[in-house]
Amino acid sequence: MAANPMSQFDVYRIGPEIKVGAFDISFTNASLFMILSTVSILLIFNLGSKKNSILPNKIQLLAELSYTFVSKMISDTAGSKAKPYFAFIFSLFMFVLFCNMFGMIPYTFTVTSHIIVTFVLAAFIFIGVTVIGFIKHGFGYLKLFVPSGVPAVLLPLIVVIEIISYLSRPISLSVRLFANMMAGHTMMKVFGGFVISLGIVGGWLPLSFSVALTGLEILVAFLQAYVFAILTCIYLNDALNLHH
Amino acid sequence: MVKKIYFQSIFFSFFFIKEAFAAESGGMPQLNPEFWVSQIFWLILTFGVMYLVLSKLILPKISNNLESRKSQILENIEAAEKQREDSDAKLKEYDEIISKSKLEANSIFNQAREKALKDIGAKREVLDKQIDNEIAEAEKEIDALRKNAPDKINKIAIETSSELLQKLIGAEVNNSSISAIVDDLSKRNGDKYYGN
Repeated sequence: MAANPMSQFDVYRIGPEIKVGAFDISFTNASLFMILSTVSILLIFNLGSKKNSILPNKIQLLAELSYTFVSKMISDTAGSKAKPYFAFIFSLFMFVLFCNMFGMIPYTFTVTSHIIVTFVLAAFIFIGVTVIGFIKHGFGYLKLFVPSGVPAVLLPLIVVIEIISYLSRPISLSVRLFANMMAGHTMMKVFGGFVISLGIVGGWLPLSFSVALTGLEILVAFLQAYVFAILTCIYLNDALNLHH
Repeated sequence: MVKKIYFQSIFFSFFFIKEAFAAESGGMPQLNPEFWVSQIFWLILTFGVMYLVLSKLILPKISNNLESRKSQILENIEAAEKQREDSDAKLKEYDEIISKSKLEANSIFNQAREKALKDIGAKREVLDKQIDNEIAEAEKEIDALRKNAPDKINKIAIETSSELLQKLIGAEVNNSSISAIVDDLSKRNGDKYYGN
């Protein structure tokens, strides 16, 4: 069988090897799909913002609905102070969504199914949010680890738990997205393999399962992008509005 | 039955994954650090470019479009409201004009009627006066005629009777004696003839 279910996650070089110093920054299939995602995002939103007609056409409606969707998500979770970070969260949401959705096309590569990609995004968010928190509140930002209304006896324990939970944010954020994408795609590949191995007689069952899984995976692709963006908003909310 | 096969197939799929992991020399390709730097580099490059283009060029345009549409819709609504108010005011004005003109028409009609009635009254009075005058004149004439009538009749009676007598008798009769008889008769029978 040609299909090892994990072989779809293989990264391979496209074109020559590019080395900068000791680092290999060759153009790979991952790079190709990152570029495809960003180019299609820019294309769609450029087309959607070109003309300003009172009655928007389909692509303009798509762009404007996405805009209002993300802006509503940010204002709902992080309040009006998060306005300056709208462009970043919008780009993040769109990037993750398009990478996930591109992965749903057969024979494509899912950029977000690689832990290193999601971890870089999550680490950038984590560092950015922490820096914003310290800039806005100074050392008062450390109050985040000391919830109010906790008995003094429990306080040392709670603070340790809070710090661990804060530090595990980038890991949970990145692993959530990566694991969801990888698991879903592996499942689909496995069931696809069953269709071949069971043949015309028994292949219908895994095929129907595969069809159902495709629908589920499209939902997951959207949902994980949404979760990624909304968790970013929540972390940003912690940094901007210190509630503890 | 179908359910059982479904769950069996899911169960087998996990076997398959385990086998795949065992068979794979490098395990998960995600954990192979060969292309990590390349992925990080391209991620930062593509995401950075996309972020810059979106935040500097495209998102402000979309936000601008949304704002301008919102303001235009609000403006249109305001304009429509204003025009509605205008038309309401005009309708009121129009109603006022109509009621005013109705009143005016009524008053003009009343005036005209009064005037006509007055005219009719005046003309009737004049006519009444004329008619009265004419009646009075006619009565006067009749009176005069009535007064003169016995004399004339008397005269005719005298002349006739004198001529009659002359033809019958053939002799001249004294007019004065005849007239005395006629006067006497007419005085006696006057009431019978003229019955006033």
